[in-house]
Amino acid sequence: MSMPDANARELTLAEAIREALAEELRRDPRVFVVGEDVAEAGTAFKVLSGLVEEFGPERVIDSPISEAGITGLGVGAAMTGLRPVVDIMFGDFITLTMDQVVNQAAKVHYMSGGKLKVPMVLRTTLGATRRSAAQHSQSLHAWFSHIPGLKVAVPSTPYDAKGLLKTAIRDDNPVAFFEDKMMYKLKGPVPVEEYTIPFGVADVKRVGADVTIVATSSMVHVALGAAKLLEDIGISAEVVDPRTTFPLDKPALIESAKKTSRAIVVDEGYERYGVTAEIASVIADGAFYYLDAPVKRMGAMDVPIPFSPPLEDATVPNEQSVFEMAKTLCGRA
Amino acid sequence: MNSHNPPFPKPDAEQWLHMYEQMVKIREFEEKVNELYTQAIMPGLAHLYIGQEAVAVGVCEALRRDDYITSTHRGHGHCLAKGASMERMFAELLGKEAGYCRGKGGSMHIADQDTGNLGANAIVGGSAGIATGAAFSAKRLGTGQVAVCFFGEGALGQGLLYEVMNLAQLWKLPVIYICEDNLYNEYTHYTETTAGDLLARAKAFGITAEEVDGQDVRAVYTTVQRLAERVRRGEGPAFLLCHTYRYRGHHVGDVNRTYYRPKEEEQEWMALRDPLKKLADFLIDQKLADQNVLDRIQADVKAQVEAAAQFAIGAPYPDVSQVDQHVYA
Repeated sequence: MSMPDANARELTLAEAIREALAEELRRDPRVFVVGEDVAEAGTAFKVLSGLVEEFGPERVIDSPISEAGITGLGVGAAMTGLRPVVDIMFGDFITLTMDQVVNQAAKVHYMSGGKLKVPMVLRTTLGATRRSAAQHSQSLHAWFSHIPGLKVAVPSTPYDAKGLLKTAIRDDNPVAFFEDKMMYKLKGPVPVEEYTIPFGVADVKRVGADVTIVATSSMVHVALGAAKLLEDIGISAEVVDPRTTFPLDKPALIESAKKTSRAIVVDEGYERYGVTAEIASVIADGAFYYLDAPVKRMGAMDVPIPFSPPLEDATVPNEQSVFEMAKTLCGRA
Repeated sequence: MNSHNPPFPKPDAEQWLHMYEQMVKIREFEEKVNELYTQAIMPGLAHLYIGQEAVAVGVCEALRRDDYITSTHRGHGHCLAKGASMERMFAELLGKEAGYCRGKGGSMHIADQDTGNLGANAIVGGSAGIATGAAFSAKRLGTGQVAVCFFGEGALGQGLLYEVMNLAQLWKLPVIYICEDNLYNEYTHYTETTAGDLLARAKAFGITAEEVDGQDVRAVYTTVQRLAERVRRGEGPAFLLCHTYRYRGHHVGDVNRTYYRPKEEEQEWMALRDPLKKLADFLIDQKLADQNVLDRIQADVKAQVEAAAQFAIGAPYPDVSQVDQHVYA
């Protein structure tokens, strides 16, 4: 389990993101931020408040409402010596960037035989239950995880968010960075000292013996809550956070499942053809002879996210549903 | 030309002859591509640039070597005009390791950093963002470079182009959008797909927008030279509409074209508005060259093209072990 050191302060996830960006903007003059209302407004979620005051409008750039345009501009700027961080306000809006990310950014390095690079970060959000309805609530990180040439980070804590974002900005490849909009106010320890977190290294958020719960982003906290409920009935759950869906730390996921013999995968993206399917297949394949039960998957319900609060809440896995699933899996139904 | 602009110094005979050679090179290269494709030596698709040579050459001759270009699926002419080697071009077209992209890109994705070529793009209008982003870098880094975005009139139907033209004008980016109107979006005349005034689309953003006879390399060259100076001075982007014509089909296999355009139209463009003939006539009329010189250029280029093609035919394919290399940097 990677843990912040003794000098850690408590920061919110939003503050950790802002600090990562500020440090990288300070460290590398090639880095710039572009997006809708990223400057004076500091984004719709106020994540970037204060950055334009330090770095100026030349490096923290308010753009028109043109997701494809700013992403395309980011690709070209990245190919020619800069390191853009493109801000896409809601994850749902990545639909508008798809050609620039999937056909351009992801393929430039390969299509050019390794000559050109696209060191660009696309920051965006995921997560439902904000009562924002079907076009502002989706978790679409599986889409980019599907595409060779892209890397995808899905941090679950302020500590991970800061370390992973710094790594993303320093990476020579296009990275999609998904932040759960419901977690921006979540607090956690973040060291004062500089650090980065490598991609493709899962983190065991809770050690356990009876069942592995692989969880991403928002679902890590759901899994940790479920683990507490399980502890009360004598089931010891291990919670493993892959932290990046690509590269994916397959050995860590497989090892945990081998140890506990049971696994549930929880992710806020749609269950159908989703991140949970990929990870479940990795575990089923890698830990087959150690498993006492089929690997279970829990994702967002396969419906457009509804507005009405009781309906919306029903679409996302929660502590109780994960608890029930784990209990059943452990033969304690 | 616009009378309100001061006249530019006339390029000397040597420069015009060089442009003639570049246009001949593109035409001979493309004729060889046609041959390699129809003989099934070249896999995939081949979109020939024949007929449009004056646009690529006129534009690229007015640029610095380190200026950026982005190109299209019909991009061989742009690559050659920017200075690409025919050996490595042919090698790429045949999927050989010696190609510009180690055989991984092919005809529609040739990129050559050394000549500022950020790559051909098989998504219509898909490179508009890249060119605009390259211009953003040039401005931010103060390099004095200009980025040129080549696209066909079919790209006028793509939203990305308008998003980035807006950005370029807002932020005064050094980019020139070169619209090659060869009349056809694949198999459909552009008038069936394009409403209103083409130039007005760029002008609506406040972008300097002009049009030029894309069959006249001298006109293209002098216009782009003037626009590039403006753009390089930081006065914002420019848009140039080049009226041109695709002599051949959308791709080599598009042979029976009478359902979308009459043979007479093709014959008329070839007879009356051929870019090579136009420059040759000028050179001879002005006594800047005689026919022997032009014939020699033609023969030399033909021999170079043949040698380059033979190099590529003899070159090895990449080892299969390279298939998963260069996915990530």
